[in-house]
Amino acid sequence: MTPGETKRRRDDERRPRLADHDARLTVEGLERERRALEKTWWNGRGLVAWLSDTDHKAIGRRYIVTAFGFFTLGGVLAALMRIQLSRPDNTFLSPDQYNQIFTTHGTTMMFLFAVPVVLAMGVYLVPLMVGARSMAFPRMLAFSYWMYLFGGIFLYSMFFLNIGPDNGWFSYLPLAGPEYGYGKRADVWAQLITFTEVSALVVATCLIVTIFKLRTPGMSLNRMPLFVWAMLIVSFMVIFAMPSIVISSTCLILDRLVSTHFYNQAEGGDPLLWQHLFWFFGHPEVYIIFLPALGMMSEVIATSARRPVVGNLTMVLSMLSTAFIGFGVWVHHMFATGLPELSLSFFSAASMMIVIPTGIQIFNWIATIWSARRLQITVPFLYMASLFFIFIIGGLTGVVLAAGPVDRQVHDTYFVVAHLHYVLIGGSTFPLLGGIFFWFPKMTGRMLSDRLGRASFWLLFVGFNMTFFPMHLLGLDGMPRRVYTYPASMGWHGLNLLASVGAAVIFVSLVVYLVNVIVSLRAGAVAGPNPWGAATLEWATSSPPPAYNFSPQPTVASSEPLWHTELAPPPIVGLASDTREVLVTFLLDAEPDHRYPMPGPSLWPLLTAITTSAMFVWSIFQAQGVVWGSIPIFIALVGWFWPTKGKKALEHGAPTRLTARESLS
Amino acid sequence: MPHVQSVIHPAGIEAARASHLWWLIFGICAAVWIAVAMAALIAIRTGRRAASRATDRQLGTNIAVAGALSAVVLIAILFESVLTGRAEDAIRTPDALHLQVTANQWWWDVQYVNDLPSLNVTTANEIHLPVGRPVRIDLLSTDVIHSLWIPSLQGKVDLIPGRLNELWLQADRAGVYRGQCAEYCGLQHAKMALVVVAEAPDAFERWLAANRAPAVPPSTPEQERGKAVVERGPCAMCHNITGTLAGARSAPDLTHIGSRSTIAAGTLPNTRGYLGGWIADPQHVKPGNRMPVPGLSDEQLQAVIAYLESLK
Amino acid sequence: MPRTTRTRRIKGPRTTRTLLVLVAALALLAGCEREARRYQELPAAANRETAVRVGQLEPGAPQQNASVRSPYQDNAWGIGEGKRLYGAYNCAPCHGANGGGAIGPPLMDEKWIYGSQPDQIFATISQGRPDGMPSFGGHIPAQQIWQLVAYVQSMAGQVAPTNAAGRNDDQATGPPESRRSPLVPVQTGHR
Repeated sequence: MTPGETKRRRDDERRPRLADHDARLTVEGLERERRALEKTWWNGRGLVAWLSDTDHKAIGRRYIVTAFGFFTLGGVLAALMRIQLSRPDNTFLSPDQYNQIFTTHGTTMMFLFAVPVVLAMGVYLVPLMVGARSMAFPRMLAFSYWMYLFGGIFLYSMFFLNIGPDNGWFSYLPLAGPEYGYGKRADVWAQLITFTEVSALVVATCLIVTIFKLRTPGMSLNRMPLFVWAMLIVSFMVIFAMPSIVISSTCLILDRLVSTHFYNQAEGGDPLLWQHLFWFFGHPEVYIIFLPALGMMSEVIATSARRPVVGNLTMVLSMLSTAFIGFGVWVHHMFATGLPELSLSFFSAASMMIVIPTGIQIFNWIATIWSARRLQITVPFLYMASLFFIFIIGGLTGVVLAAGPVDRQVHDTYFVVAHLHYVLIGGSTFPLLGGIFFWFPKMTGRMLSDRLGRASFWLLFVGFNMTFFPMHLLGLDGMPRRVYTYPASMGWHGLNLLASVGAAVIFVSLVVYLVNVIVSLRAGAVAGPNPWGAATLEWATSSPPPAYNFSPQPTVASSEPLWHTELAPPPIVGLASDTREVLVTFLLDAEPDHRYPMPGPSLWPLLTAITTSAMFVWSIFQAQGVVWGSIPIFIALVGWFWPTKGKKALEHGAPTRLTARESLS
Repeated sequence: MPHVQSVIHPAGIEAARASHLWWLIFGICAAVWIAVAMAALIAIRTGRRAASRATDRQLGTNIAVAGALSAVVLIAILFESVLTGRAEDAIRTPDALHLQVTANQWWWDVQYVNDLPSLNVTTANEIHLPVGRPVRIDLLSTDVIHSLWIPSLQGKVDLIPGRLNELWLQADRAGVYRGQCAEYCGLQHAKMALVVVAEAPDAFERWLAANRAPAVPPSTPEQERGKAVVERGPCAMCHNITGTLAGARSAPDLTHIGSRSTIAAGTLPNTRGYLGGWIADPQHVKPGNRMPVPGLSDEQLQAVIAYLESLK
Repeated sequence: MPRTTRTRRIKGPRTTRTLLVLVAALALLAGCEREARRYQELPAAANRETAVRVGQLEPGAPQQNASVRSPYQDNAWGIGEGKRLYGAYNCAPCHGANGGGAIGPPLMDEKWIYGSQPDQIFATISQGRPDGMPSFGGHIPAQQIWQLVAYVQSMAGQVAPTNAAGRNDDQATGPPESRRSPLVPVQTGHR
């Protein structure tokens, strides 16, 4: 054979195509392929391999575990606050400690738990759900995890050094400004935001590209699972919302460090500018946390009901319109700032209208459950269904807060504390815990205990309502939020004590959940590939999935591929097994476009994250840190992008464009 | 519960409007909640038995009806809310009582503004109002953002440095109410309250006249000594007592401190014991507040208390 | 000998660990010191006799002034409070809002008439100086005078810039204390 012929033949073998009859689809052929893939996608053993891992499943798991670590820390802080507030005029915490604690609690829960953990679920699940071998930009994904981890470590080391932020999680100016925010506490907050912004923006980019370009052939946009839709919409929200907080927190650091005047009213700045910029990010943030939970909810409800969610299209449109309207309601956080009546009315209207798409989703789910083919009440279903009872309360108190005259009464009181916990815990943490329960077998290969799961759920349900329902009443009775204590004469202590007892119940329930996870990791029932009988592609591979996710790569012909196996088109052959190759498809119809080599494990993302973090921390203490700290980042990036590695990759499999005819042959 | 700071126990027309709106929305929301919860429970029951024969088309129609219904309900709420907001402007009359409240970390400076500036009345952390007369309060801040909130009378409005906001309210029922700072403003945000006394117009006028007068001169030797300590010691560096040498403006005005019901911005009742404890060690009661430990001897302390108590 | 090697091997990490613990403890102390809010206790130095001698005669050899650090010199909160008090106690009308000086001498330059040591500044505030500087002792509690001392030091760049105050929310008149270059103090007046 001439070299030209060899090449042509090799190219021919490598051409991905749908194949009914192919030597590579025999039992032995598949086994051979799997062994080859196993070798290609293996990361190696040891610390260096662990640090350089770029597998989306490993990073997703780490993200989830780390986020729950921060959840625990934030929860401990909440427990301290509940102890302090359980009695009037308590001196368990000093005001300075309390202020640092509530700020760090809010910052942790929003920036280090809620957003990262929902994005992490996407990181783990989206490539599996769309039938891809890898996430797009795996090294960037690793970088985002390290940035997130270092940001969290930075916040907590500062917190333990008594430099914890103390201006509330929205750091209003001028309290957090250079004149009143003594020391470096506000800088720590602002820079933590930078860490989490970078990591969230990177994850969002990876998710969007994965969803748009790596969907397996056949998975046109209308066949995408609802969770993937939710992650897609949320990723776009991240990309539109985060720049606002990037700008505002950078301006805050500049004001504090080098005396710019962005928020100084005497020099033409404006402290209200901060509030606008912050809430332009801050309100969409709520939906960033909430929409993925809705996606998980749809998957679990469809599985439990044994039927697709009623009105797939309306679900997607509802999520989209929530995302759009979500950017137009931020001023309802500022009704008390003395804005003109007309603008209040406008934002009142927008804030009420955003209820409608969420309402429609809820009606869709109820209809789905109603028309179930024998509904199974599993533990994940319990977590999801609790949304109908508690998240709804949060949504309805949202209507209360959208009405200007009432909002001016209950704004910044415990009523708002109750509202936001009903929305965030009821609308996101409950579905998340249900989602973890649901996908735990996929991630670990073992089932969680049903009995412990039910115990934990009911404890959480009772404890949650016991803690947060009384807060509505406290708010109506005039208790402002963010107070480290209150006088006995106000008569608020009974309800506060009840809330504190409820917090203890929540604590017990989370301990039960944790015990369940630990016990089941060792001794749980072994889960098959699809223990719940679910419909989406992640259940088509083994539990836990291999590093390369699928072999052969499945293709789909419906939105519930595992429920319609009779429709299943032939799988894909021709992707290289000696390099980390993925199949890139077209955006709308997911027709095969070309093969693309994915980069393998690398330490450079970690090194880049270390140098970036060093620059971030340095730059809040000295302005020169931005200049000198950038040099190591530059060096790390040069190392990351050094082209020799690409040369090796190019030899094995350059991006190969496929014509439509070829791909269908 | 005393309900001196309660949204749902209004004592003025504005708070009553908000409370009315709240009960309306609450009623609607409670009904919606019950409806959704019932629907979910019935759906779970039906789903478990696989008893539904509804087609997706029928389900879709029901969903569309429910969605349209919720839109109608929301628009109704929105209308009522906007109308309530507009109605609140009705008390903006030119003959309103004019106050100016300036927020400081962590106390309230209160001025009754008169056309003749010499007739202005300055007090702190306590507002007296005539029943039945509209009140306009100009809101200023000297440092960070605060929010003036007297739930019994009106919703809150922020006090923002570099801006002038207005709060209009009217007390319709005589009584003593409590207000509190409602925007997180730093260390002692929790202990930044104020007392609002709504009283009959003639009682209010008497109070105003009494507060317009300079401080009463000391009547006993102990009070005399106390006055000397106040004027010559650390007190006069921050506090004002009109008619004496103490004329600073960076702390609450003490000209009629003896007639006020609380000290330390609504934190402690104004009794001899609490007053003494407060002056001896303000940082114990309200850690981080702006009043330093003045370091008075016991004798000086007793004299100062006697003098301040005499300032009716 | 393998035995010694092993002991050495064990020793190695242990020293590292001790060092790490030490570094962590130091960092912890530094952090606490930087940001601690000390509202109540009087610094030990407050009760010290503040020694500025107005006469030349001393028994025995002339005594050296023991240098006393302001208890708030490394404390961002104390310096910030000092800045607030500088405004509240009307220092600005004489010394300038920014420390640039007016009818009183400037405080942002390197010239110190009565000395740049913390205890000398304390004495200047507490006892007053001829030709205009009032005596604030007994009017301002010692704790607050120490906060003012730390702030006055920061105006001429005598404290770490990371602890010094940033700009005010006022019209800008010059670089804030945190961005002033440290000047070598020169005592120009009384010894």
